[in-house]
Amino acid sequence: MRIWPIYKKELRLYFTSPVAWVILTIFLAIAGLFFYAIFGNFTRVSMQMAMNPMGGRDLNVTDAVLRPLFANLSVILLLVMPLVTMRLFAEERRSGTIELLLTYPVRDGAVLIGKYLAALTLYATMIAGTLAYPAIVLWVARASVEWGPLLTGYIGLLLMGGMFLAVGLFASSLTENQIVAAVVTFGILLIFWIIGWTAEFATGTLGTVLTHLSILEHNDTFAKGVLDTKDVIYYLNFTALALFLTLRSLESRRWNG
Amino acid sequence: MIEVQNLTKQYGSFTAIRDVSFSVAPGDIVGFLGPNGAGKSTTMRILSCFMPASGGSARVAGYDVFRESMEVRRRIGYLPESVPLYSDMRVGPYLDFVAEVKGVPRSARKRRVAEVMDRCLIADVQSRLIRNLSKGYRQRVGLAQAIVSDPHVLILDEPTIGLDPRQIAEIRSLIKSLAGEHTVILSTHILPEVSMVCSGVVIINQGAIVAQGPIDRLVEEFFPTARVAVEIAGPRPAVLDGLRAIPGVVQVEDGGPDRDGPARLVVESARDRDVRGEIFQLAAQQKWNLLELRPVGMTLEEVFMRIVAGEESGAAPGEVAAGEAEVPA
Repeated sequence: MRIWPIYKKELRLYFTSPVAWVILTIFLAIAGLFFYAIFGNFTRVSMQMAMNPMGGRDLNVTDAVLRPLFANLSVILLLVMPLVTMRLFAEERRSGTIELLLTYPVRDGAVLIGKYLAALTLYATMIAGTLAYPAIVLWVARASVEWGPLLTGYIGLLLMGGMFLAVGLFASSLTENQIVAAVVTFGILLIFWIIGWTAEFATGTLGTVLTHLSILEHNDTFAKGVLDTKDVIYYLNFTALALFLTLRSLESRRWNG
Repeated sequence: MIEVQNLTKQYGSFTAIRDVSFSVAPGDIVGFLGPNGAGKSTTMRILSCFMPASGGSARVAGYDVFRESMEVRRRIGYLPESVPLYSDMRVGPYLDFVAEVKGVPRSARKRRVAEVMDRCLIADVQSRLIRNLSKGYRQRVGLAQAIVSDPHVLILDEPTIGLDPRQIAEIRSLIKSLAGEHTVILSTHILPEVSMVCSGVVIINQGAIVAQGPIDRLVEEFFPTARVAVEIAGPRPAVLDGLRAIPGVVQVEDGGPDRDGPARLVVESARDRDVRGEIFQLAAQQKWNLLELRPVGMTLEEVFMRIVAGEESGAAPGEVAAGEAEVPA
């Protein structure tokens, strides 16, 4: 499996074109804005609560800052992640480079994994940038951070982002148009984001299934500090399915020329 | 080195190639010739393992392109017609990437990439972005990526298209220098290229092979006569009659539109008879001025035109239209 050269090439392409830099900058700017607003709000509420001897009892950084922050980051990711992956196969197809890539002695699977890992690396860099916020809480505000929920929160972000990327890779393998790839990715993700809302109108097993399918249903537990296998498996399953479908899509494209 | 048997490829209801069979011996350079849309690229895409055939089989370097695709891919260098390169990469890193993907060992990679860049005359642009290169340079970078792993078989789809005459000459001599150690199959619709570079030729039209073999043999097969161009200043009817009376002359074509000036004629005779001496004697006896007497080599171009024209006049109109349709990628 020659994953490594593909991985290096993709990462190089991310960072020699402006794509990675623009995505990193915009993502961190928006995330910073959210953190500022949430943390500012938390400080104000804390001051008010300080007047009331019993008021601050239930107030803590995990619930009041990190959980809303992670929830907000998920929404930004929903918008940004399709842009990370849209290029990966669509551009190769449009420029014809896929014809060379698929005649080199590498398996389709290695190409897929190489590209996926490169996108995952860019994503990890993006969320690594947000580690500045807990650091600020820790050092500047001298507030205490609960390490457990912070760690699980980031594990949750990684799992969810990994799933977004897999879906994006699949959409990118379907078309040679990057815009189409991005829109399809966003559409799929948004549908699974809100699919739980329809569960209210369904009863019994159908309702349970719809709820379970919802991304929204699975991403909050991590920020609470809970590492639930149900949620971990949901993301890993979804990722594996999307990657498998991508592999199939590559193969079928071969047959159809 | 390359054996193709009854290869067929269908895109939906459209048949791009049908029952194509040919073979290429190790070390040969074979030209794959045909009009646009004849099925050249389709055949090459199958040989390079980019897509599977609908029927038939193809073996490259002894391995089946479908069942042992990885083995084949390790042994080929492929240059698609559109020369697809990563425009956001620099030439050096790009070739290094290709070498690594193709399994050139780490220790040899740097040397190998430098060697190939020298050979393809692109060492001076190695740190430029591929997007900023001219067509000629891109073409040579494409060729460099094909030969970087020193493959047994090279599959080149129109390697000289879009180049200026000097670059064409360079690329041709480069390809020629690959003969012997590499087996090369190159497609083109430039006929002189084939006569200059290739030892054999495969002519394809409307998805089917119409002729193949060494160039000399094809020329003989399709032009059984030898031809001599003659220019004689003399009364035209007498000149024509005189020439036709020479034993062995099959046909005399009147080539000159100029009715009053010297007659420009093409004399066809049996291949094994040289009639030039007799033409000279005839002119001398009649006191006509012999202005030109020149043997005309039969060009591949004419062979090609004759074959393709013959095919098309026999085909139904609908099939001709289908044959000319561009195959979607």
